[in-house]
Amino acid sequence: MSAAPGAAGPVLRAESLVRSYKISRGMLRPPAELQALRGVSFGLDTGHTLAVVGESGCGKSTLARLVTMIEPPTSGRLLIDGHDPAEGPATRRRLREAVQIVFQDPYGSLNPRQKVASILGEPLLINRRMSAAERREAVAAMMAQVGLRPEQAQRYPHMFSGGQRQRVAVARALMLNPRIVVLDEPVSALDLSIQAQILNLLVELQDRYRLAYLFISHNLSVVRHFAEAVLVMYLGRVVEHGGREAVFASPQHPYTRALLSASPTADPARRGRRIKLVGELPSPLHPPPGCPFNPRCPLANERCRIETPPLQQLNGRLVACHAVEEGRAD
Amino acid sequence: MPAELTEAADGIKQPGPLLEFWHYFRENRGSVAGLVVICIVVLAAILADLIAPYGPAEQFREHFLAPPVWMEGGSWQFVLGTDAVGRDILSRIIHGSRFSLVIGLIVVSLSLAAGVVIGLVAGFFRGWTETMIMRLMDIILAMPSLLLAIVIVAILGPGLVNAMIAVAITYLPHYVRLTRASVIAETSRDYVVASRVAGAGLGRLMFVTVLPNCMAPLIVQATLGFSNAILDAAALGFLGLGAQPPTPEWGTMLADAREFVLRAWWVVTFPGLAILITVLAFNLMGDGLRDALDPKLKRS
Amino acid sequence: MALLEIRGLTVEFRTTLGPLRAVDGLDLDVEKGEIVGIVGESGSGKSVAMLAVMGLLPRTTTITAERLAFDGADLLSLSTRRRRALTGKAMAMIFQEPMTSLNPCFTVGFQIVEGLRQHEGGSRRALRARAVELLEKVGIPAPEERLGAFPHQLSGGMSQRVMIAMAIACNPQLLIADEPTTALDVTIQAQILDLLVELQRERGMALVLITHDMGVVAETAHRVSVQYAGQQVELREVKALFADPRHPYTAALLEALPERSSGRLLPTIKGVVPGLRDRPPGCLFEPRCRLATAHCRAVPPPLAPAGDALARCHYPLFEGLPQNHPGTAERAS
Repeated sequence: MSAAPGAAGPVLRAESLVRSYKISRGMLRPPAELQALRGVSFGLDTGHTLAVVGESGCGKSTLARLVTMIEPPTSGRLLIDGHDPAEGPATRRRLREAVQIVFQDPYGSLNPRQKVASILGEPLLINRRMSAAERREAVAAMMAQVGLRPEQAQRYPHMFSGGQRQRVAVARALMLNPRIVVLDEPVSALDLSIQAQILNLLVELQDRYRLAYLFISHNLSVVRHFAEAVLVMYLGRVVEHGGREAVFASPQHPYTRALLSASPTADPARRGRRIKLVGELPSPLHPPPGCPFNPRCPLANERCRIETPPLQQLNGRLVACHAVEEGRAD
Repeated sequence: MPAELTEAADGIKQPGPLLEFWHYFRENRGSVAGLVVICIVVLAAILADLIAPYGPAEQFREHFLAPPVWMEGGSWQFVLGTDAVGRDILSRIIHGSRFSLVIGLIVVSLSLAAGVVIGLVAGFFRGWTETMIMRLMDIILAMPSLLLAIVIVAILGPGLVNAMIAVAITYLPHYVRLTRASVIAETSRDYVVASRVAGAGLGRLMFVTVLPNCMAPLIVQATLGFSNAILDAAALGFLGLGAQPPTPEWGTMLADAREFVLRAWWVVTFPGLAILITVLAFNLMGDGLRDALDPKLKRS
Repeated sequence: MALLEIRGLTVEFRTTLGPLRAVDGLDLDVEKGEIVGIVGESGSGKSVAMLAVMGLLPRTTTITAERLAFDGADLLSLSTRRRRALTGKAMAMIFQEPMTSLNPCFTVGFQIVEGLRQHEGGSRRALRARAVELLEKVGIPAPEERLGAFPHQLSGGMSQRVMIAMAIACNPQLLIADEPTTALDVTIQAQILDLLVELQRERGMALVLITHDMGVVAETAHRVSVQYAGQQVELREVKALFADPRHPYTAALLEALPERSSGRLLPTIKGVVPGLRDRPPGCLFEPRCRLATAHCRAVPPPLAPAGDALARCHYPLFEGLPQNHPGTAERAS
């Protein structure tokens, strides 16, 4: 590949990604279709962080599986470095090295029967032609980068604390020099004092390697600290997408507002001033017609119940809401 | 262990897996007793030529059906007495332990190896492959195992090797089901996904990533299967379909002694006891292994 | 007299490596109608202490206390039967995982009625009516229909509401909530917290809220006990705690919150919570504390009054400055 890959445009681009699953309902009934993602588009630049925010069932984990190429999209296009993994197995193999992932649970994401050295060496063993000595050297170098001591290479995951395991998981993700790292709730299973250590590590690594992060989280204070852009999702759709300042300082979509006001903040003076959302998330199997948020939305009217709002540029960010468009939201 | 202590500041420090295993295993006294008995049987099998007073086929024509030492007419020459053709029963039992252990080992290895591979395939390729494999296993399970073994031996012809193959086939479904269940549970875990994202192929995922994490229940099943294999092989021997006389296999010894049950009880009792004790020991040890290896049963 | 009095509560587990002291000399009074937050990281013993109060720990655990009393009755000397009558009736508890706290084999209605029958009794129809009333109380829509639902048919938020309904069924004086919202989504978490506070206020219950989330404590509790490695390090009224923490650990925890930091890197607490083998002889926080001195390494500090707080520190902080600290003079100059 002599053409400078992705010289123009973002390192990761998603165009109307759709992913649906067939849910079997027994032998005699036709399978139901669950649309986990219903047309998600965004771009992510090298060295930047895009946060994906939403509650369970919003499709953020499905998005992570599509971006890491564990599953193909049902429709829509994913461009990594300007290339579509659907081009063919060779492209896919090459792109796979460019996208890695760090999971939420550091206890489940490391193979309990492998030593740290072999966990970190595995990506090299599979993808690179390297001698055992070169691999050992690369592993030792990466362990130093993430703040692990060399002698810890010969230990099993169960001998580490949660924070250290997450360091191992981060190191594994970086072994192949990826350009994009999907961070799937990387700190929500960690204690507060450890959470700060890992967030700092991620920031340092991003600066050092110009990594693009797709940061999936439900913790809005972490997102506000960590990400430059925010994508708010609800039932498989993007409801608001914009810069951190725009979204946090003046959230437009009623769901973003409710989400922001519902997240607890460590400030006793702010108590009791929150927007109460009624009801629960609808099942993705039976999404409501019209705007997906309309059954819980305080601003919903007849139009919201019939017509799905498109994502459009309003007030300095992308919003999918009739109320904002009509100026009813203030 | 000064090195251990300096590393303590490192975070959660746990004893090594072997030590931890021994800690849980030790709690169950029965299983430790089982382990001791198994060690004795294994030693007897290895050292049979040294510790057995006579050869297994050596006949003493002047001592047909000699009673054991503590009975009237018994002597220290034949501690457990002799059988109908004047062979020393103790020597035959000691030599027979070789057969029983080898039978157990081969049967378990055969069904474990085949079961693990079939189970991995069923767990990884869901859909038609899985359905076909699992229904076939259900069919094998639906037949009484001894009856199925007899049918297979009848097809293959009697003999120790064929008996072992037959018994191995009847135990196959247990391993297939266990492997498949653990594989399905493990493949949904994040470390498997991480391996896939790192580019691991199917073979690597199956045998390097997933299989080692499915071994604990298989080890337990294999230990318990050992005793079943010994029992079934003895049963086939008793029916004349397994090891053929004059092989000192415990089941065959029982069969030979059938007609003397009333006249000379020791000819039947001692081989029977040998089977009973060995099988019991394996079952006890299997229980202990399950307690020690199954994380669900672990007490904090 | 406080509703719940705890003095010097110590809980030890037997492990492969020797006894593990999960709770080390906890003192806590919970008054009627008050919300006490217990915050701490994993291993701080926050849940274990309350399980000990409820009598829900396995028999192999060693529980000692100078005094452990509920409404004047000494819990340690109470017979098992009397204690069981108390647990679940006068004091109740809800847990983190609502999905696993409900028995999947029985309907919601059966499980609620079962609890009521145990403690109160009454005709089937009366019990059923009570169950409907309770589900209505905790904000479950169409409660009549939900009685026949099995736990797997409910979402996490709904299951937690059912758990709360069961907990308040016998009008407890004390409700202990162990991470009640950790497994739930943000908007559902807000609903459940509101529900708990509303019920607490309405019934004059005492509520003990165990959590690792500083935000949850800040928004709900009146008083807060901060736990570290089994010990209480600070006991304080909530507003004062967040405005001017006394213990260096509390201060460091609050600084590490992303929402309180301005820089790209967060202030961190180095190291990890001490384990079984590396428990320091002096102050337990000393190895990670930026203010630690030789005195801290040698002498464990007692939980002592420091202004309006109780803090387990030789040099409690006032407006961020350690008192009587040998190093402060140099730093100031």
